[in-house]
Amino acid sequence: MDPLYQNRQHVTRREFFGRTATGIGTVALASLLERDGFASSESLGGLPSLPHIAPKAKRIIYLFQNGAPTHVDLFDYKPKLQELHGKPLPDGYAEGKRFSTMTGKADGKLMLAPVEPFKQHGESGAWVSDFLPYTAQVADKLCFVKSMHTDAVNHAPAIQFLLSGAELPGRPTLGAWLTYGLGTESDSLPSFVVMTSISKGTSCGQIFYDFYWGSGFLPSKYQGVKFRGSGDPVLYISNPNGISREMRRGWLDDIAKVNQLKLQEFGDPEISTRISQYEMAFKMQSSVPELTDLSGETQQTLKMYGEGVHEPGTFAHNCLLARRLVERGTRCVQLMHAGWDQHNSLTTELYNQCRDTDQSSAALVQDLDRLGLLDETLVIWGGEFGRTPFIQGDITNRVRWGRDHHPYAFTIWMAGGGIKPGMTYGASDDLGINAVEKKVHVHDLQATWLHQMGINHEKLTYKFQGRQFRLTDVHGDVVTDILS
Amino acid sequence: MRWFSFLLFFSFLSVPVGLTAEEIDFNRDIRPILSENCFHCHGPDAEHREADLRLDEHAGALNAIEAGDRHKSELFSRVSTTDEDLKMPPVDSNRTLSAKQIKLLGEWIDQGAEWGQHWSWTPIVSPEIPNVTGTAELPIHNQIDAFIRRKLVNENLQPSPIATKSTLIRRVTLDLTGLPPTPNEVAAFLADDSEGAYEKLVDRLLASPSYGERMAWDWLDAARYADTNGYQGDGERTMWPWRDWVVDSFNNNMPYDEFTISQLAGDLLPDATFEQKLATGFCRNHMINGEGGRIAEENRVDYVMDMAETTGTLWLGLTFNCCRCHDHKFDALLQKDYYSLFAFFNQTPVTGAGRSPQTKPILAAPTPEQTQQISNVESQLQIAREAVNARVQLLAKKQAEWELSKLKTLKATTTWTSLVATSLTAEHQQLEQLDDLSIFATGPNPANDTYSVTAKVQASLITGLRLDALQHESHFKGGLARSNSGNFVLTQIEIFLLHDDREVPIEIASADATFEQGNLKITNAFDDDSKSGWAVYDGKPIERNHAAVFRFAEPVNLKAGSELRVVLHHDSPHVRHNLGRFRLSATSVPKPELKEDKNEALQLALLTPSEKRSDEQKKTIREAHQSGDQEYAKISKTVKDTDSQLNSARGKVAKVMVMEDLKEPRQSFMLNRGLYTAPGDEVSAAVPESLPPLAEEASRNRLGLAEWLVSNENPLTARVVVNRFWQQIFGIGIVKTTNDFGVQGELPVHMDLLNWLAADFRNSGWDVKHLIKQMVMSHTYRQSSKVTTKLVERDPANRLLARAPRYRLPSWMIRDQALAASGLLTNKLGGPSVNVYQPPGIWEEATFGKKKYVQDHGDGLYRRSLYVFWRRIIGPTIFFDNATRQTCTVKAFRTNTPLHALRTFNDVTYVEAARVLAEQALQLDVNSDQDRLNFIFQRVLAHNARDAEAEILLGGIKRSKTQFQADEERAKELLTLGESKRDESLNVTDHASWTALCLAIFNIDETLTKE
Repeated sequence: MDPLYQNRQHVTRREFFGRTATGIGTVALASLLERDGFASSESLGGLPSLPHIAPKAKRIIYLFQNGAPTHVDLFDYKPKLQELHGKPLPDGYAEGKRFSTMTGKADGKLMLAPVEPFKQHGESGAWVSDFLPYTAQVADKLCFVKSMHTDAVNHAPAIQFLLSGAELPGRPTLGAWLTYGLGTESDSLPSFVVMTSISKGTSCGQIFYDFYWGSGFLPSKYQGVKFRGSGDPVLYISNPNGISREMRRGWLDDIAKVNQLKLQEFGDPEISTRISQYEMAFKMQSSVPELTDLSGETQQTLKMYGEGVHEPGTFAHNCLLARRLVERGTRCVQLMHAGWDQHNSLTTELYNQCRDTDQSSAALVQDLDRLGLLDETLVIWGGEFGRTPFIQGDITNRVRWGRDHHPYAFTIWMAGGGIKPGMTYGASDDLGINAVEKKVHVHDLQATWLHQMGINHEKLTYKFQGRQFRLTDVHGDVVTDILS
Repeated sequence: MRWFSFLLFFSFLSVPVGLTAEEIDFNRDIRPILSENCFHCHGPDAEHREADLRLDEHAGALNAIEAGDRHKSELFSRVSTTDEDLKMPPVDSNRTLSAKQIKLLGEWIDQGAEWGQHWSWTPIVSPEIPNVTGTAELPIHNQIDAFIRRKLVNENLQPSPIATKSTLIRRVTLDLTGLPPTPNEVAAFLADDSEGAYEKLVDRLLASPSYGERMAWDWLDAARYADTNGYQGDGERTMWPWRDWVVDSFNNNMPYDEFTISQLAGDLLPDATFEQKLATGFCRNHMINGEGGRIAEENRVDYVMDMAETTGTLWLGLTFNCCRCHDHKFDALLQKDYYSLFAFFNQTPVTGAGRSPQTKPILAAPTPEQTQQISNVESQLQIAREAVNARVQLLAKKQAEWELSKLKTLKATTTWTSLVATSLTAEHQQLEQLDDLSIFATGPNPANDTYSVTAKVQASLITGLRLDALQHESHFKGGLARSNSGNFVLTQIEIFLLHDDREVPIEIASADATFEQGNLKITNAFDDDSKSGWAVYDGKPIERNHAAVFRFAEPVNLKAGSELRVVLHHDSPHVRHNLGRFRLSATSVPKPELKEDKNEALQLALLTPSEKRSDEQKKTIREAHQSGDQEYAKISKTVKDTDSQLNSARGKVAKVMVMEDLKEPRQSFMLNRGLYTAPGDEVSAAVPESLPPLAEEASRNRLGLAEWLVSNENPLTARVVVNRFWQQIFGIGIVKTTNDFGVQGELPVHMDLLNWLAADFRNSGWDVKHLIKQMVMSHTYRQSSKVTTKLVERDPANRLLARAPRYRLPSWMIRDQALAASGLLTNKLGGPSVNVYQPPGIWEEATFGKKKYVQDHGDGLYRRSLYVFWRRIIGPTIFFDNATRQTCTVKAFRTNTPLHALRTFNDVTYVEAARVLAEQALQLDVNSDQDRLNFIFQRVLAHNARDAEAEILLGGIKRSKTQFQADEERAKELLTLGESKRDESLNVTDHASWTALCLAIFNIDETLTKE
């Protein structure tokens, strides 16, 4: 295609007519200047000023554990909880702190020991509970951040906070920012893909609101594309019944020819964009089925991901698709698995949750490593907050033991993408109630993700309603200690 | 190097946009620099203001500026210094001034640092119309052209010549009705050579009912209209009568000031009509959060904020939401202004509790059919009731006669016989037996008392005794005794058989009572403890009679002359708890039970002389009489059935959530950080301080606010509204930031034009059709949209309008266009929303199966997009690039992605429309495929296929036929898509091939685009 046309087109689609010199300059420059040494030559779209720094990671897979996994039962080992089991919360831990309306005040709540025993694993000696045997096996590849804390105490706001930096809907999410800033590496698959799942037999699942992968005030082409768990993975990806791929190809060529005539007559750059978008749609129609066709995977690989791997809509299946997506150039894969909200089911449903996620999460890390992709793929595992180290429910009724929402301390882990493996960073207090040592706020975590992707989080901004917005709002410090 | 090329590039670009420094204009050149770079720390937000320096106000700025001398101005020395410690903006702020900006600031100071009010805050004054003359080729049709032409002349540009007639009719028909013109309409327009042909066309379109449907879409996006609550649960609401009100209002050309007042405050108008109340549904279109664990007040505050912010965006074009937590960083808006606006809406009775999608106040909004049906049922009910009344009258006449015979039958069948006393004594009070055989205590009420009742018994054998404790109006709160609670305590009951002057005690074996108060059980009344007793108080005034049945250990045989004596002791420490009125009855049944014996009540009532009967007794008798009457039973069942019919008809009527204010105003407070839990100073309803004040006499409620919004003094509303209509017609607003008219928003590209349009709109009496007509009558609108290389370089976004806009149609219009072109479109205005084609499982997957998608069939599938059911958490999948309808959205979305192509290419809606359109092309009585192709082109694009296009597409037909002939099954499969019937007489491969062609035509750029 005529490169000048491409340039104009690029300019048109952006906010060309800026009011200030910088407004016009940076954007228009995008198309005129050659990309410098940092940029991957295959990238399409993206901002010319990016990356700001040499990237460690090219892609992100976010294994979002929706509902908030219990840190004190899975990762954050607190022997003192065992000691104080059934005794009231000691003074000095939670005075004046806000909890959900289900807990109200923490005063007098009884402490609850971890449900399963903890052991240290690998050379790093990371503590992982018996709930997660597979994760335990890959502990040396993971970096556990145990001093996470957040602002929100209800699910939707807290999830939105991790994904977009703000509690209310309306801001772009991580994947949207990455696509906006860095462009895509694939011309036949979306740059930002979302897949959701829920454990079988889970009684309580939060709705997956579409703003969890929204583009907020960024143009809607940056929003995540939701792959579905049933039917076509991408809506409308299949030709209508009766239309073969060959026929579609023929008509697409005809349409392109008609559109070329129009382009010659009208000169509207949007026409050439339309031609290329229809072409990409056609490519997607083959690349998506190819993506979801697992017949090329070895038995060994399939087995590694666990039982549900053949079943669309399961976490295991989604994990394998996530690997296949990043292999094919997708920038950000966001998996969301619901059902971690154990208000009264620590001794029952928590086992299902772990069974359905543990093996495939670990398998994904191993598989990426095996393929040499882990170095440049940042894998993130975690939920929106932690759970109260004290009980929700009746201490004498073990079957209904539960824990309430807890924003003051929780654990996430990351792997690959230039994060130090085999590391445990930060700590909560001796009861797992407050992050105390090397605290990491959500905005710090976001700054770190962007940093690994070669982005200075203070510089990736977008002007809306007169203000420059960014993923980290006006906060965030890169957690440099965990970078390899 | 990069910097250098950047500057070069800038100067190259600056030519077309007219930013070269002839004379420096504060609003255009300087305020944007200050706003972007300085206001954040030196602006309206007092709390975060640095060094006490304020640069958003003239007086404040003069502290850092010496007008006329940049070198004496601290501001200039700070922005131009190279000392990193002194430099402004600070190095770590991520803001930098370009050399050009610094130069501009210097020149501005040297020229006297002239100041000006932000443009959108200044009164709307109609500017002088530029004196430009048009040519026959490039006419000046109206003032819009005059303003645009002057700008073009200044920019050394020329407008484009008029578009072809077929382009024009398609363009204007889509813009004004959202539908393509029919081939007949096109032919008529092409044939009309008269001078007024185009105006006639415009007038016809403005008068079409489809006009209102088209205009409503953007308002629905802005008003966050949806058919569900949003959030968890996402309950279905019935706000669609409000949606229909919007369509009607546009069609009736309701003046925009009335449109405004009705929606914000229709309920507060004197003698508000149904429509005016209905209009206020606008305010209630916000989402409702029914998540468990949410606090009602938190929700309520969210809802009020949504109303205030929506108003702020739609009429004032201001980013009010920035002031939830602090004073605005850029605009002259205070946090106090936010909560003063909030206070107007803070007066509804809504509490925020619950998730009902019909939370009161609500307005029932029946359709005409429903009104008719309800009125029919109401008159049926009326007739049935009259029949019942007549029967009642008739029965009343026969009552005396019936009573006598009934009493007779009852006496023969009754089980309990009330005792008629032969002797009545009490230690302290007087006892008297009343007509209904109850025994009533009078005289001073002593601390304790014992009653003795002697009575003759007719029966030869008795097995039990019943004690009824009866209410009386003289008792405490109409209770059972004259105690301080209406309660009594029966501490002991003794029963004796009297015969031949001998008294034999009768042993009580067991007893039941209608109620027992805690430990005061009925058994206490015949135990050994003379202080313990039976009582019936349950914590609130006693509003019923109570009773106890005492079963004898052995049946008692009576001889002639035998009498019973019953002694009732009240020796409780609870003083004055003596039975006030009671009745004793005996029975002969083997096992006496405590059952409400209706016949007994009836019998007693009948025994009571009619003038002494209580209302209760009268009712008992009347009902007994009526229920025994077959005719009465029949007609009263009709009443009951009709009544439930009526209720069900009324239940089906849509209930629209509307506005109402509390009688007692709710106090409003500033909320620190926007938190409902952190109220600060109290505020009262008021408009922003920096804008013209509310009129003295204006009411301080929503009505006052609405009237202020559309008052002549308001500088924003007319500009903001006109700009949004401009965006609707021209694709981009004159101010691109339709949601931000503040200092960070875009300066109008055509300032004078916007001001003129705003003034004219207001002076026209807020006449929307007049405004729209002006736009589409202009040459600016009518010119060709062809892009020349020169133009795309000079003005790629077409802000100067040297050509007509050319952009992709909104996705909803693309759907309507396909339905209309195929003839499938259902022409029905209004009514409940419909569920059109959607891939299976969309709702189910989003809601874990809680919401099942039930697709409509028949006409419902082919209604206009405006009527498609909008589930807020997962909108209809057929649309793209649309507002999510979650919060107020006024900006147009326009992106171009492969996912859009997949929709218009693969959704069954388009495949079916293609099949139906192909069918009609094949049914034509014509000879050539070229004619069929032209028919399709006419339907979709209002013109014939050009030769080159025809060659390509007819080649496609040939190819498709070969492919389908090779695999006829495929052709059949394709033709089964969509629920409408196919003409089975058509050849399958022909039909399938032409279907594929039509589908391709639906997907060519021209079809998807307003040209």
